[in-house]
Amino acid sequence: MNCRQVVELMTDYLEGVLSTVERARFEDHIAGCDGCRAYLAQLRTARTIVGQLADEPVPAAVERELLEAFRSWRSAQ
Amino acid sequence: MRSVGDPSFDSELEALRAGDEAAFQSLIQRYHGPMFRLAMNYVGDRGVAEDVVQESWLTCLRSLDRFEGRSSLKTWLFGILVNVARSRRRKESRILPFASLWRRDDSDSHRPTVDRSRFGSDGMWSDGPRSWDNVPESKVLGAETLQHVRSAIDTLPPKQREVILLRDVAGFEAGEVSALLGISPANERVRLHRARATVRQKLEEYLNP
Repeated sequence: MNCRQVVELMTDYLEGVLSTVERARFEDHIAGCDGCRAYLAQLRTARTIVGQLADEPVPAAVERELLEAFRSWRSAQ
Repeated sequence: MRSVGDPSFDSELEALRAGDEAAFQSLIQRYHGPMFRLAMNYVGDRGVAEDVVQESWLTCLRSLDRFEGRSSLKTWLFGILVNVARSRRRKESRILPFASLWRRDDSDSHRPTVDRSRFGSDGMWSDGPRSWDNVPESKVLGAETLQHVRSAIDTLPPKQREVILLRDVAGFEAGEVSALLGISPANERVRLHRARATVRQKLEEYLNP
């Protein structure tokens, strides 16, 4: 396996869908390759940073409107 | 009789059905952001996306009684959102030029995600990535980095964007996303791979100038 092939297998690796043989070859390559190790670490970092988008606060006006909708739903029950 | 471990047991669901406003508020705080981003992915217009999200919440409340708890409340909620958003996209596809982006989408291609020029003729790195270990964490996790990630996601083709939003922002498992979107697990992985590769690339341009 060369680096160009390994980078295209990284998601399959992270998703745990490589076969036992592929996984072993992948890990052998990574163990001896600084570039691919850095790339894999960067994909993981990218995932973490993307995850921070979930923490964006809900605009107060939107929240107020939804809570009002909730109250009118409740009183119609 | 319901018990923990029974798929129909969901204390959050019970609280909602009982009219517990704090339970609803907590759902809004957790899911509204990812829902809005996902809605934007389908309709491409803030006002329409806000409508879609609101309609999804209302549909959720109105059908709470019929919800049987076969999936988690979260999966059910996002399933409603995807349906509402897709039908709105169809309805407005004549007036939203954005909708045509979905047709010109090469998200399922297996083209390389890393520029060939970065490898030598043996396929090994010639211009390999430099580790971010020496970049201060305050920069890696800073607001400006997040802004680069946001704009990277905005440039993705819609089919990649919906997958990365569901997986990495909303935090769904692989199987949940392929079921929610009606795509194969293999297609989901290809799209996720392309999406994360693009985000990584944009981060590299910013963190290793």
